Amino acid sequence: MTDTQYDRAPGDASALPDVEQGTTSGVLVYTIGLVLAVVLTAMSFWVANTSLLWPPGVSLGLTVLAIAQMGVHLVFFLHVTTGPDNTNNVMALAFGVLLVALVVVGSLLIMADLNDGMMPAPELMNLQMQH
Amino acid sequence: MNVAVAVDDEVRYEARPSASEAGPATKRVVVGYGFWIFLLSDIVMFAAIFAAYAVLAHATAGGPSGVQLFNQRSVAIETGCLLASSYTCGLMSLAIGSRRYAVTYLAALITFVLGAAFLALELREFAGMIAIGAGPQRSAFLSAFFTLVGCHGLHVTAGLVWLIVMMAQVAIKGFRATVERRLLCFSLFWHALDIIWVWLFTVVYLMGALS
Repeated sequence: MTDTQYDRAPGDASALPDVEQGTTSGVLVYTIGLVLAVVLTAMSFWVANTSLLWPPGVSLGLTVLAIAQMGVHLVFFLHVTTGPDNTNNVMALAFGVLLVALVVVGSLLIMADLNDGMMPAPELMNLQMQH
Repeated sequence: MNVAVAVDDEVRYEARPSASEAGPATKRVVVGYGFWIFLLSDIVMFAAIFAAYAVLAHATAGGPSGVQLFNQRSVAIETGCLLASSYTCGLMSLAIGSRRYAVTYLAALITFVLGAAFLALELREFAGMIAIGAGPQRSAFLSAFFTLVGCHGLHVTAGLVWLIVMMAQVAIKGFRATVERRLLCFSLFWHALDIIWVWLFTVVYLMGALS
């Protein structure tokens, strides 16, 4: 059962011995991640500041770019893979994403709904947002 | 079977036993998994603070709004610092894997300096905002802003302290298994902070400048 030494924890650049994989390919992985992250960051800043794009779509575009960059960080920096030794980490990550989505989307929906309910008079509208 | 394993990486990968057949995982994998769970719980906590910020983002109570307060140039520099420090942290874990002390110390030093530069820029921004009367007590928007960005800043501070402690351990104890596992946890922590910052600059600074 020498194979167990090839188990890989998240954050492990490579579980294989250096003679097999070498640090050059490790450096390459991090460099690809850095380049992709820099490109996505630059795109985010450009999208936020340009007047070329349809304004209501800008926040959606920024969200998509942030999700893409999160993916780049997970794959190239945190080394989350689809390998069999990474199943537990991926399942935990999926559960974390579910919790985050529930907390954020749930809070925003409920607060927007409460806000909609506060409609009696113009001077009272948006009351909770005044403090 | 083990003879075929040595041929190339593809064969090795397929000859690997499934998770249930491989027996107990190594301590390194278990430690990484445990720390991964902690990071996810930390991210869920940040999600709650993000939700609070998103709800209160327009509750300026007549005070300054994000458009007036945020300086995108300094945010871009902060982002660059944190991203570069994440990269050097990755190079540090490679150097640890190949047992090179000098490269490890150098990468750790660059990581620390970039992280400290990030923190200094953020503190300068906070001080500037408080100086013009836009402190956390001014409005619900600013309370949420200082909670969210300050919480991330506290995490970065903790990471910097942790990095110093780890370098002291490498210097005194060398690359023994326990130290190596702690360094693995540190690099996970540092990369996770970068993921949180991606959402932070997108939601707070870039979307805040839209409205």
